[in-house]
Amino acid sequence: MSYLRRSPWILHYDGSSCNGCDIEVLACLTPLYDVERFGVVNTGNPKHADILLVTGSVNERNIEIIQNLHRQMPDPKVVVAVGACAVSGGIFARAYNVQGGIDQVIPVDVYAPGCAARPETIIDAVIAGIGVLERKRKVSA
Amino acid sequence: MKRTVLPMGPQHPVLPEPLVLDLVLVDEKVVDAVPTIGYIHRGLEALVEKIEYTEMGYVAERICGICSFMHGMGYCAAVEDVMAVEVPERARWLRVIWAELSRIQSHLLWLGLGADAFGFENLFMHCWRMREEILDIFERTTGGRVIFSVNLIGGVRRDIDDDELLVIVEKLQELGTAFEETTRVFATDPSIRHRIEGIGVLSADDARAVDVVGPMARASGLAQDVRSTGTHLYDRLDFTPVVEEAGDCLARVLVRVREVTQSIDLIRQAVARMPKGDGQAISVNVRGRPSGETFMRLEQPRGEVVYYLRANGTKMLERFRIRTPTFANVPAMITLVKGCDLADVPNIILTIDPCISCMER
Repeated sequence: MSYLRRSPWILHYDGSSCNGCDIEVLACLTPLYDVERFGVVNTGNPKHADILLVTGSVNERNIEIIQNLHRQMPDPKVVVAVGACAVSGGIFARAYNVQGGIDQVIPVDVYAPGCAARPETIIDAVIAGIGVLERKRKVSA
Repeated sequence: MKRTVLPMGPQHPVLPEPLVLDLVLVDEKVVDAVPTIGYIHRGLEALVEKIEYTEMGYVAERICGICSFMHGMGYCAAVEDVMAVEVPERARWLRVIWAELSRIQSHLLWLGLGADAFGFENLFMHCWRMREEILDIFERTTGGRVIFSVNLIGGVRRDIDDDELLVIVEKLQELGTAFEETTRVFATDPSIRHRIEGIGVLSADDARAVDVVGPMARASGLAQDVRSTGTHLYDRLDFTPVVEEAGDCLARVLVRVREVTQSIDLIRQAVARMPKGDGQAISVNVRGRPSGETFMRLEQPRGEVVYYLRANGTKMLERFRIRTPTFANVPAMITLVKGCDLADVPNIILTIDPCISCMER
């Protein structure tokens, strides 16, 4: 079963990002980077996902949605915060409708910095996430 | 008949960004659609009270990661207008070149997402492969891929030397040749036509009534384009807006397809007409504090964007207001969704090219 463990399925949610990181997440799936060749699939269904990629920061309105998506994902699961906004609120940290990084509402395992995070950074973070998944699986087994 | 309310979003495979649309259905027909927004609102217009006007440009660039360059350009142009700064000509031409590259990049991105929505994944991949070539040009000339902070109040931060410009034009010509095949597929492929031809028709009168902008207006036969007003040096380029008459989803796709080719041509013209030679100024030093107010208009990939800026002589601006193209186009989206089949909703939503982070700011 080891080959299955290296093919994480990804769920992407855009918190309140400017799109910059979102299109870089999508760019990872397209021919130049093509993470699908490693079995990484972008899914729309939280119940199919191993890794939650969140771009953008937390606000009053999306707290519940992020928590819902996280709750619905099967264990073990990994959360990756993509981009400066998801990490800390980024350039918008002082805006009135931004509460800060997503680690305020759900536990974050991997932080991918950058504004916008480059595809290489995102892929690196997902690979780090696979390691975390493996460790969590061992703990729960 | 019984009515069903089907909530769509905020997390939905067809929408990269959160938007909620409550679709009221009778059988398979959509009779009403109620949008709910506010998931991406950051309140960045109010940041002008906390961030100095010299640094606000970085925030303006992050209104949206797709038209990032143009937001930065619009903000800097507005401040320059208030402070009566004369920007060096070469910098103004460089802005035109980066702006048109942004348009190509944005349209290729959208054409890919559109293709994915009507179930043509291969075409999605091809469009994004071509888009990477534009991002390569951005990276070579500015250092960034999507957000590159190359605008400065008073000019631009980096020059592109003349040889490099010729290489860019040559690359774009090659891209244009490769894009001809994609154009042919979008225009003639029977499965694409079957999926989007005659779907979501917005007549010219309706387009005027709901006040759409950009490719959306041009696909309904309105020749409306800020570039044709001649601001930002466009008066020195041969430019006629791309117009399609049909007003359906296919027309909106074709407008964007043709605009990619048009932008390649505009860059070729800009490179030919800009002043050449080393050591030309690309920025002027701007000192002092702005005072006064201004409106600035630009044609972004999604349509006309309007910036209003008021300064009161301090280092913080008093008001910065942005009317983005998606905000103008959402009422049309609601009009179009009413009466269509449920299966066509994703295509109709996508063909307005929604940019929610622009809309909510």
